[in-house]
Amino acid sequence: MAAFFQQVVSGLASGGVYGALALAIVLIHRATGVINFAQGEMATFSTYIAWTLTTNHGFSYWPAFAITLLVSFVGGVGIHQAVIRPVERGPQIRVVIITIGLLLLINGLMTWIWSGEVRSVPSPFPTRTIDVGGVAISVQDIGTIAVCLVSVVVLWAFFQFTKVGLALRAAAVNPAEARLVGVRVPWMLGLGWGLAAVLGAIAGMLTAPSVFLDPNMMQAVLIYAFAAAVLGGIDSPIGAVLGGLMLGVGLNLLGTYIDFVGADLRLPAALLVILVVLLVRPTGLFGTREVRKV
Amino acid sequence: MSALLELRDVEARYGPVQALRGVSLEVPEGTVVAVLGANGAGKTTTLRAVSGTVRRSGEILLDGKPLRGGPEAVAKAGISHVPEGRGTFTALSVVENLRLGAYTRRDRSVKADIERMADYFPWISDRGAQTAGTLSGGEQQMLALARALMGRPRLLMLDEPSLGLAPLIVREIFRIVRELNEKEGLTVLVVEQDARIALNASATAYVLEVGKVAVSGSSAELRDHEAVRRSYLGY
Repeated sequence: MAAFFQQVVSGLASGGVYGALALAIVLIHRATGVINFAQGEMATFSTYIAWTLTTNHGFSYWPAFAITLLVSFVGGVGIHQAVIRPVERGPQIRVVIITIGLLLLINGLMTWIWSGEVRSVPSPFPTRTIDVGGVAISVQDIGTIAVCLVSVVVLWAFFQFTKVGLALRAAAVNPAEARLVGVRVPWMLGLGWGLAAVLGAIAGMLTAPSVFLDPNMMQAVLIYAFAAAVLGGIDSPIGAVLGGLMLGVGLNLLGTYIDFVGADLRLPAALLVILVVLLVRPTGLFGTREVRKV
Repeated sequence: MSALLELRDVEARYGPVQALRGVSLEVPEGTVVAVLGANGAGKTTTLRAVSGTVRRSGEILLDGKPLRGGPEAVAKAGISHVPEGRGTFTALSVVENLRLGAYTRRDRSVKADIERMADYFPWISDRGAQTAGTLSGGEQQMLALARALMGRPRLLMLDEPSLGLAPLIVREIFRIVRELNEKEGLTVLVVEQDARIALNASATAYVLEVGKVAVSGSSAELRDHEAVRRSYLGY
């Protein structure tokens, strides 16, 4: 039973990361109507910034974390302004192709700047475990869950209670109408990209300590995040987070209790989730809109 | 009498189709002005030209100063446009729609204004959390009107408020518009196919035909105008 709870908690930790990245995907999908395939590489790039700050510039972890979020936000807004906004009004396939181009570009850029070498990134949380009712739970897992939870709650409060958050939602659901009430829609979409980049950065920095940092670090996580977003419903932020948690826990338990799944079949299992959801319930568990074909 | 809004020889086109062929009209401060006409006469386009949602040429003056920029700038200048077909954020709640109406405002009395809207539209007070898309057509039109008022506009533009609504609800909406005009001095430019109700609610009116003003005058005069009566009032 103890092993079961340990697996659930560590599943929640990785699920929180999937959820954060899935939320970034949902944010951009709601604002721009497309899947941002570069979301994973953007997150890895952010993680490299954090790594450089801590390793080469002597920053301690949390200041580096904060600076990385800020830089990522500016980067996300910048990407939207520079390459997405000019094609936003055209057919969606163009935006999709641009995000795939960005994926390759950012990946190459990382190899060029930081080389393809595998780096180890320190964890902000101690690696020891604490005892909770006879179950040894890793502090790093708890920290990861806490950071994801806090980011999601802060983001939710921003959308729910602030004027700008409301304007961003309005711009996403009905841009023409939003302009009539005075909302500058392109700025709002840029803001959405900025926030998505911040979420990605959080996901990246939480992933790095357990898997090592290299330019392809987030590619598998992105697949899990896609699966989480599709499972929860591509237009549902709450669905993305819950989808991430369910997927994290589900995959962990699957790997633990079903012998042949193991670590190797985790990724195919995630793809199977995408496939099954799209076939059986295309709107996902909490969504209202079907995933558009691209 | 100074005009709050003035259009001088305004033209607008959708691609190759010219929708306005030189429309000139005036909306004096504190009055209700109606724009009548058949489908395709350019009524909706006239409002769109003002709010900057269609490419236009000619002069549009607010307070004698040229009105420039897209819809965001026009909203900020104090013009609230209720577009054809309600124009609410159907995915957002009633209160969120109202909050968005006050988007251009910087003051802190938004909450008080939401309560003021509930005086005009009592159902708003118990159904603030309801999703706008689940409201009835009449309620959505009222919400669109309330949202426009939340911006404390200098000029309210209404596009076909009667469209698809029961006569009783249409009368109620126009009663509220008139009350706002009489009590609060709100200036209104309303586009309407239902000439009878629009002429009753307005002080002056313009009749558009194929993108041009065909007839204009006081609403009382137009009610007795032979051609207007025959074409638009049907008797």
